[in-house]
Amino acid sequence: MYGSGIVRGLGVTLRHFLNTYLEDIRWGFRRHVPDEAFPLRQGLETRGIFTVEYPEEKIATPERFRFIPFLVVENYDHPERPGHDWCTSCGICAKACPPQCIWIVRGTNPETGRPVPEPDEFYIDIDLCMNCGFCAEFCPFDAIKMDHDYELASYDRTTAHVFDKQRLSKEFRYWQSIAPTRAVEEAEARGGWEHKDVLKQREKEARAQARASGGEGEG
Amino acid sequence: MTEYVQIAETVTPLQGAIHRLEAQFAGAVRRDDREGFSGVIVDSGRLVEVATFARDTLGFSYLSSATAVDYLGKAEGDPLEMVYHTYNLQGGPALVLKARTPRSEATLPSLVGVWPGANFQEREAWDLMGIRFEGHPNLTRILMWEGFNGHPLRKDWHEAYYEEDTKPFDSRWPEGRVSRAEEHNPYGRNVKYPADFALDGYESLAEKALYDAAPMGVHVTDMATDRVVVSMGPQHPSTHGVFRMIATLDGETIVGLEPVMGYLHRNHDKIGERNTFLHNMPFTDRLDYFCSMSNNHGYALAVEQLMALGKRYEPPTYRAEAIRVLMVELTRILNHLVAIGFLLNDLGAYFTPLMYAIIERELILDFFEATSGSRMMCNYMRFGGVAYDLPQRIEGTAALVNDRVRDFDTMHYLRDLINDRLPRAIDQTNDLLTTNEIITNRCIGVGVLTREDAIACSAAGPVLRASGVPYDVRRAEPYSIYPDLEFDVAVRYHGDIYDRYLIRLDEMRQSIRILKQILPILEETKGQPFFAGRGGQYNPRIPAGEAYGRAENPKGELGYYVVSDGGQNPWRYHVRAPSFINLTALEQMCKGHKVADVVAILGSIDIVLGEVDR
Amino acid sequence: MTNSDGDFLHELHHPDVPVPEAVRSVVTVTSFGKLMDAIYNWGRRNSVWPMFLGLACCAIEMIATASSRFDQARFGMELLRASPRQADLMIASGTVTKKMIVPIVRLYNQMSEPKYVLAMGACAIGGGPFKEGYSVVSGLDKYIPVDIYVPGCPPTPQALLYGFLMLHKKIDGQSLGNRNSVPWYSRTPGEDVPVPVLGPDIIDPRQAYLLRRATTTASEAHASA
Repeated sequence: MYGSGIVRGLGVTLRHFLNTYLEDIRWGFRRHVPDEAFPLRQGLETRGIFTVEYPEEKIATPERFRFIPFLVVENYDHPERPGHDWCTSCGICAKACPPQCIWIVRGTNPETGRPVPEPDEFYIDIDLCMNCGFCAEFCPFDAIKMDHDYELASYDRTTAHVFDKQRLSKEFRYWQSIAPTRAVEEAEARGGWEHKDVLKQREKEARAQARASGGEGEG
Repeated sequence: MTEYVQIAETVTPLQGAIHRLEAQFAGAVRRDDREGFSGVIVDSGRLVEVATFARDTLGFSYLSSATAVDYLGKAEGDPLEMVYHTYNLQGGPALVLKARTPRSEATLPSLVGVWPGANFQEREAWDLMGIRFEGHPNLTRILMWEGFNGHPLRKDWHEAYYEEDTKPFDSRWPEGRVSRAEEHNPYGRNVKYPADFALDGYESLAEKALYDAAPMGVHVTDMATDRVVVSMGPQHPSTHGVFRMIATLDGETIVGLEPVMGYLHRNHDKIGERNTFLHNMPFTDRLDYFCSMSNNHGYALAVEQLMALGKRYEPPTYRAEAIRVLMVELTRILNHLVAIGFLLNDLGAYFTPLMYAIIERELILDFFEATSGSRMMCNYMRFGGVAYDLPQRIEGTAALVNDRVRDFDTMHYLRDLINDRLPRAIDQTNDLLTTNEIITNRCIGVGVLTREDAIACSAAGPVLRASGVPYDVRRAEPYSIYPDLEFDVAVRYHGDIYDRYLIRLDEMRQSIRILKQILPILEETKGQPFFAGRGGQYNPRIPAGEAYGRAENPKGELGYYVVSDGGQNPWRYHVRAPSFINLTALEQMCKGHKVADVVAILGSIDIVLGEVDR
Repeated sequence: MTNSDGDFLHELHHPDVPVPEAVRSVVTVTSFGKLMDAIYNWGRRNSVWPMFLGLACCAIEMIATASSRFDQARFGMELLRASPRQADLMIASGTVTKKMIVPIVRLYNQMSEPKYVLAMGACAIGGGPFKEGYSVVSGLDKYIPVDIYVPGCPPTPQALLYGFLMLHKKIDGQSLGNRNSVPWYSRTPGEDVPVPVLGPDIIDPRQAYLLRRATTTASEAHASA
């Protein structure tokens, strides 16, 4: 019969329309209660209405989500080196960056003029950054990570869009909070929660101490 | 497996074909004996003859890619070389023809007469490389505008913000003098203007050249219809981006149609040559921005071919290959769903089918985002494997105010998606559209591309297969673990819009079939390495040589032609973009139809401008 | 209206202007102008219709924002209009190439006031990863004024929605009493942005004097060499 195909198609749209209400009834009108029903609406079982009501509810981004990079610094209440950069200014991120949006000024000791493992300046031009995540992927010190904060819209780009070191730095605690499992994995690979260099230093000290105490024991 | 593969095995082997070429054209054909290179170098004077012989006698009837390479400082006489990759439609490897020409007076005979599919590719080579093709019907710039200064892909051409030949740039570390390129050099130091250039009274050639080509002017025919030229796009809701067509109409009937592109030309090739090999990976995401996973795969295949030339090459692990196929086939489904949605948009079903398609797309993207870190620009594959293993759980972490967390088990999610959700979505699309009378009336018999034309115009992917050619790279020149997987090459025979719509449904069903076989493999290989050799290299060593890696993308055959000189950066990096070459046949398909059908025909080819213009 | 250029707007903010009796009985109005601002901006803010200017990759995220999951219609952005005449907001979603900036400037000129421009993604803001190339404009704001920048490559739909909220804030900040913030009520029509010319490279007519300097130096260099 001519027109049956159209009727069949309209049936599909009608089903979508009705599903919105049927699902509400099925879940006892709890589909819009925050938290509780959110995975239902935003998972594979979704039927009918599918909307995330931004900004009242936002889809939390997964751990691996990448947006603009940030620099990891020690927690501000760290006993030994609060706020110290994890970055050693080795420059691998700047080399691995495809659009070349990272500028690093390597730190130097003002007295000796020799390089120190700390960046003096660190800039990322977020107008160039393509959020590829190579910097975080290849950083040997877990010092640069991809941020999850995507709410960066602004009225002016000339002043706001070249992120300097201060703007980029975030506590290590923040990384632990946005990527708990990966932070644990990385800590296991490093051998502790601290920065690689700190761990190495401690190991060295421990060994020296052991040797010293061992020597004492012998003596 | 299928009859099709058996035919492929009886094909004349490539070496035999080359022997016959050498015998037939003694003196004019010699093998390319550089290490890592293949194919034959043909005397430019006899190129047309050789090509015709390869097409008619040797059966290499399908021209996949034609591109130019600038060997400045790499070969004697600094020649420009044109490289043609031709294939036998029965399957098997490529016969590569090469022809050289001096850079000062770069001229080669045009092969449009042999393979009409060379049309746009030769225009591109003229535009970007400055090779003049004698006998080309319309040798004008294609990506840049008429009047542009120079031919940008030549190695001695520098752009306005030129910094260095290769990345990484020295200014980034350790001194880090941060600046914006345009602030230093607001006017483009390297642009050459004529000495007496003045803006007053300057007439831009860009538009003029377009309309000069169209048969302009009103002239009344017997039917009392006027011939008019209509410019459609680049800003038009039905051109799938910034595509433009100059259509010549007789009344409402199309008599001529000239696709105009380049409105999204982003120097992909030029940047690709400045990048290191790995740098290119995220750039490939932005080619066909629906299918970043498939683009990654094609590029990884090409570079892995190059790596295989060297010693100590380890192919990707089985798990890595399984994950790659999983990603690529999911991409195929999401692309085809959205492509059908856009096709219906063009037919006037404004947004409803697209909305339904986007729901499924979002669900697939949730998985991509949890696995690779980004919804669209996945940047997931690496040379030798993939960047990360599949995550244990698809789980959000609350970082912002009002973040709502979801938490699913990944394998569970995939099982539900593949066994339940996606097949249902495909059936729903089928219910919604296939028998709809409006759609059948507007699609059946419209925009027909015959089998012969499809082959001649180098159409690829669903467009080629809807015209009755069962050519699928996954079967014709198998890669990854496709030989182990059971699926059929979908083929339809009418070559009209309706068949191009149906074949997408068929392909999605085949993809579901593949995915169902992938799931147990993923379970079995759980915990096995997802990366061959040592991971974490940002600058892998790539031996010198050339490679043409191709993958069956949702839009058609995506090829990467990469030439390495053994350094950090590719010497030549070229993308054979299926959408770009599929457009060669657009005019043919549109002629004789009404204006309203043009958008539908364009929608059925399923182009994406990031890939057309690159 | 007999006053010069928009002074009637200023009057609204004057405390001596009487508040109508009907309004006074319902609400307490301290400043009629502020009330007018609130109503005026509320109306405009909730009916911003964007233009469907899909340039590149970001366009797909823009479509995702328009479709059911993120549903920008909740912000009164009902439809993506294809015609600049019907649009209030130009979302430049994607890479702006030299070839494309010409139609974009033309489209901008065709939009009716009040109009806003949102540069979506790194490319539209400043050329993005493709900036180093020969055919990409290093920032839309080199040619037309941009109101909101939404960084990201591409910005997720939620990031774009945040950009819309920023736009709402911007609209809320505009006041009828301040002539500078509502220039579209001035008597003289606003001037069109000059359309760039595609010569040997892109040429912005506003910078033609720079070009003249550049070309003369080039020819002199040529002559001396």
